[in-house]
Amino acid sequence: MSLTHYLVVSALLFSISVVGIIINRKNVITLLMCIELMLLAVNTNFIAFSRYLSDEVGQIFVFFILTVAAAEAAIGLAILVVLFRTNKKIDVAELKELKG
Amino acid sequence: MTVESIVFYLFAALTVLGAVGVITVRNAVQAVLCLVLTFFSAAVLWMLLEAEFLAVTLVLVYVGAVMVLFLFVVMMLDVDYASLKSGFTRYLPLGILVALALFGAIYWVIRSEVLGEMPEPAKHSAEYSNVTVLGKLLYTEYFYAFEVAGVILLVAIVAAISLTFRGRRDRRGQSVPVQHQASREERLRVVSMESGPRQDAHLRKETDVKSKRKRKTKTKAKKKGDEA
Repeated sequence: MSLTHYLVVSALLFSISVVGIIINRKNVITLLMCIELMLLAVNTNFIAFSRYLSDEVGQIFVFFILTVAAAEAAIGLAILVVLFRTNKKIDVAELKELKG
Repeated sequence: MTVESIVFYLFAALTVLGAVGVITVRNAVQAVLCLVLTFFSAAVLWMLLEAEFLAVTLVLVYVGAVMVLFLFVVMMLDVDYASLKSGFTRYLPLGILVALALFGAIYWVIRSEVLGEMPEPAKHSAEYSNVTVLGKLLYTEYFYAFEVAGVILLVAIVAAISLTFRGRRDRRGQSVPVQHQASREERLRVVSMESGPRQDAHLRKETDVKSKRKRKTKTKAKKKGDEA
């Protein structure tokens, strides 16, 4: 398998998640999942380059991206729960209380 | 076709199929399960790239913790997911257009001569330990970054708990916002009082009469004494 194969897979993943953000713009849960997919595509790129350049620092970077992504998912879901508790809705279009 | 390429094509197809499922499936629980499938097959791809530690971490941390968290939240929230999908067909052409443009741009870069020739390096021997290499890097050169990552996780714990924790329901404590919102009107009742003679005026009159009588008797006694 060449480097190009892995890069094409991660480019496909990234494009699919961008489409997901565009067509599911109302649902916060799906938006969060699409962001996770994007991070997965980026991580795959990092690991592929780390392998083909024989440099393990790329994997260290992926380690930190995983940490930050886990924190982001936890806080995002907590905000979602609080949002549902107060609004009874998670529709992005309804979130305009702070609009001037 | 070698075994490696069969495994690669199989799991690359599963990854892409899972990702398509995440964004198209109507049921949110099924979307989360599609995401689990994507993470699993991506972990296999990482294993092919000889990043064993990160592949195991992906399965343990993502499938084991983050996806379970997603599932909990999706099942806990009573949301009408069908209505959230309403703009789906309207934005689909735009989405496909953006995806084609984006993928075309990325593919153009990959195919161009920018990257140059990158031959596949030789496979590591059986004695090679990915965990040892990463551990040596992580605890020497990137130790401060590692500590900062720990602090970030701590911040995430504190933030998530403080956002969602509501305390005991039957707790009797003081609530400062409620106290601040209290107005004078609902706490203090002013009883209307008439100005003028007091209501116990007749009692006072009686006492006045009594004292007058006493005074009179005293004066009488005095007079008598004077007369005597």
